[in-house]
Amino acid sequence: MGVKIDHLSKSWPPFQIRDVDLSVADGEYFVILGPTGAGKTLLLELIVGFHRPDSGRIWINDQDVTLLSPEKRNVGFVFQDYALFPHLTVTENVEFGLRTRGMPKAERVKTVKKIIDFLGISHCRDRLPTTLSGGEQQKTALARALVTNPLVFLLDEPLSALDQTTQERLRSELRRIHRELGITTVHVTHNHAEAFMLASRMGVMRNGSIVQVGAPDEVFRRPRDSFVADFVGFENMFKGKVIGKERDVARIDIGGLEIEALTDRSGSCTVGIRPDDIIVSKRVFRSSVRNMVGGKVVDLVDMGTTVKLMVDIEGIPFTALVTKRSFVEMKLKKGYPVYLSFKASSVSVM
Amino acid sequence: MLRSAIGVRRYGFFMIALALLGLIMLAFLILPILNVVVTSQDGILAAFLDAEVRSAILMSLYTATIATILTLAFGVPFSYILTRSNFWGKTLIDSVIDLPILIPHTAAGVALLALFGPRALIGTPLSALGIDFVGTLAGVVIAQMFVSAPFMIRTAQEAFESISPSLEKVAQSLGASRLRTFFYVTLPLASRGILAGCILTWARAVSEFGAVIILSYHPMTAPVLIYERFIGWGLGNAGPIAALLILITATIFLAVRLFQTRPLRKVYGR
Repeated sequence: MGVKIDHLSKSWPPFQIRDVDLSVADGEYFVILGPTGAGKTLLLELIVGFHRPDSGRIWINDQDVTLLSPEKRNVGFVFQDYALFPHLTVTENVEFGLRTRGMPKAERVKTVKKIIDFLGISHCRDRLPTTLSGGEQQKTALARALVTNPLVFLLDEPLSALDQTTQERLRSELRRIHRELGITTVHVTHNHAEAFMLASRMGVMRNGSIVQVGAPDEVFRRPRDSFVADFVGFENMFKGKVIGKERDVARIDIGGLEIEALTDRSGSCTVGIRPDDIIVSKRVFRSSVRNMVGGKVVDLVDMGTTVKLMVDIEGIPFTALVTKRSFVEMKLKKGYPVYLSFKASSVSVM
Repeated sequence: MLRSAIGVRRYGFFMIALALLGLIMLAFLILPILNVVVTSQDGILAAFLDAEVRSAILMSLYTATIATILTLAFGVPFSYILTRSNFWGKTLIDSVIDLPILIPHTAAGVALLALFGPRALIGTPLSALGIDFVGTLAGVVIAQMFVSAPFMIRTAQEAFESISPSLEKVAQSLGASRLRTFFYVTLPLASRGILAGCILTWARAVSEFGAVIILSYHPMTAPVLIYERFIGWGLGNAGPIAALLILITATIFLAVRLFQTRPLRKVYGR
């Protein structure tokens, strides 16, 4: 079930896919994370069938689709630029796939209405794409791909063209869609936060190969090699839960450690702290900083003008940056105890 | 302050010079046409009542319409292939398309005659089937097609190029075959461009003289008639016919343009 990719290779200059093995379970939300030019989009376009692979096979729901043309695969595809038909209204865009399937009109109208309501775009059903906001365009593209009940839902950088606020809103929208429809989803992105928040499992891609696959926690915490570490292991990202609030300051539990952050959110959330927002000290010091946690240096990476410290705090791995100068002054070594301080306002809660 | 004033003046002078040159160009393009229509207006009615003139103009419009339809049928698929696929020799093919409009049109006529004439490579077998190209309507049509088809191909090519390939891809992912994608996505989006190609092709076909006169003096089209009257009777006789032809083609041209600027028709009725 789901999607299975077996020894897939394709050269499509300047991009390529090299011997990719991947299997996405039925109902899984799989995110492929990688830098620009890694071949993420090419992999997605091979799954939908826009390209023929040079070698290897692709199965969707146990059917070998390697040689099947895209219109026979029943795969929903959302382009980065949405690719809405500019000559058709929102409704007509959404019903396109139903028309090609020859669905009778009465049933079509009902099905289209359902998905348009589900995505909350019924107010623009008769408008042309050019008159829509970025978020509305995106939702129309999602509706158009979902309305045919595809076996797999493929998203190519679906949020990258949107502003920050809309991006956040649509991120939760994508999670809701997946939760309520349970559709097998493969989502391609170069955005760490997006991967971390949405993925049930993820793969990191480089130069046409998938270099690590696993749950987001696992990939972000235990990057397999220095590339993955450089690419994903940099940010401090944790899954957490808001456990209390005092005015605008929330207490968030991240795997047993309690930190404070400025947020309106409640319930489950994702917490991110930039390594350069963390102050490292050898002793406790008094300041207005709300978060100070103690731990032990487990690794050091010299990065030239800065040094990256991996610090274990009650079993939770943190990454912090210090300048070379303060690193020398503090005489830090592996195994030394340190304190990490960061402001509540430096904690981003998603 | 002073410097900026000089700057503005200098810029102003430059723009005035450009506008003057542009006006001369515009006058050169418009005046002859306007003049022949205005000075021949007394003769236009008489020309219209002349049966030979009427039949020549109708022949021009008729043959140009056939030439446009044929070019549409063969040229648009060609444009689409040129836009969407890559094949060996594509660059070469792409650059020879414009040849028919670059060579002298009498030379084009001679070239066509050498291939489609009696006892010629293509002319002979087709003649056996009853299709002759010399002194026939078919001859007029192929002469018009030859010199006007590049306009159709180029304009349609431009129209197809302006359509993002992702629109066609997404249609396929939604279950549409290539054929359905072409007719429901590509063609509606390219329709304006293709229509513009038809107008250009048709106008070029109506006005073709050089290639037509070599292949088929008869049945007589309007440009050939204008030439014949000019040689035989002079400017006074040819002028009104020219004016009439200008008025008719300009009217048709404007009518189609007006239709073209109306909002794009929807593919799906609601």
